[in-house]
Amino acid sequence: MIRWLLWLLAGALLGGIVHLVAVLILPRTATQDAYSRLSPIAPVNAVAALPQPTAQSEVMPFMDPAFASAVCRYDLDSGPIKLTVPISPAYTSVSFYTRRGVAYYAINDRSAGRRQIELQLMTAAQRADLPEEEDVTAADRLIVESPSATGLIVMRALAPEPGLMPVAQAALSRATCKSEPLAAER
Amino acid sequence: MRLLLGSLFALAIAAMVGLGATWLALTRGTAFGAVAIGAWTAWPKSGTRDVDPYARAAIARSGELPVGSGDGVAFVARTDDDARPLDGRCDVRISGITPQARFWTLTLYDPQGHLIGNAIERQGFTSQEIVRNADGSFEIVVAPRTRAGNWLPTSGVDSYMLVLRLYDSPVGVATRAAREAPMPSVVQSCS
Repeated sequence: MIRWLLWLLAGALLGGIVHLVAVLILPRTATQDAYSRLSPIAPVNAVAALPQPTAQSEVMPFMDPAFASAVCRYDLDSGPIKLTVPISPAYTSVSFYTRRGVAYYAINDRSAGRRQIELQLMTAAQRADLPEEEDVTAADRLIVESPSATGLIVMRALAPEPGLMPVAQAALSRATCKSEPLAAER
Repeated sequence: MRLLLGSLFALAIAAMVGLGATWLALTRGTAFGAVAIGAWTAWPKSGTRDVDPYARAAIARSGELPVGSGDGVAFVARTDDDARPLDGRCDVRISGITPQARFWTLTLYDPQGHLIGNAIERQGFTSQEIVRNADGSFEIVVAPRTRAGNWLPTSGVDSYMLVLRLYDSPVGVATRAAREAPMPSVVQSCS
């Protein structure tokens, strides 16, 4: 009897380890995560408008139907990304996600404080390679560091009422997301 | 022989405990750092790079993208103020005020986070659409049949959830109590 209890205890302990490992591994093995869902409709280093979510079809769960949204699936291997997003009349935000869906940075139109949100996205290594004086002189230049080489930039513009959705979509349609190799800047 | 049987038993228990606990954790939502105010719960840390492994796994599994903390915060209600599950065949009154925010939206989803179809194509409200009382408070009725005022149709589904998203709001990781973030009440009445 004692022997079986010991086996049970061993099994439970091992189960705890299985649980922890499963939780940690799951993000790497998920086939239906946001990045995989967006890959077929979002080209690399370009802006793609996301279809409005409806009851019949939606790219991802939990999308806010009051927003127009666009996505840039980025790959920083060939150089930093230059992103410009015109601000729509109501509310505009830009959120950055890693390949695994971690929201590592987000900014809205008010904190950007201009007529358009303009920033550069690069890896820590690319930022370290920037010429020193350039980093200092362009103090108002917004640089975002990506923890991963690939990921998603999601741009969203609010339509405060359904009739304003075309205005929000028009603002996002002028957004750009381009790879700018560092060498070309020098 | 006994050793073999014993280890097989232990392995079976391990698989059951390990995978069962993982499934439970990911479907019930056990992310840490929850901010619960009345019927509403938010996980502001899920929108930062400090997101915990459970939230990470749940996000990867569902395929959603959480609201980034520089953008806003999402409060979820799956029950009313008395902790009864929201039922699409009942009337639910959401009334009061919301925390400070430049805009907010209230959206109705099925328990998996999908929108629910209805004849008037309304899945939610924005803060600019609703009719308010003179003091700035509001009341939204979530009900299966047509109502005057701010009516959000449920289409009579068994269960649903409400998500109140505050955009450009001081509410976030540092928020602890209802005093800092007054959330509207959620009162359900079934006839």
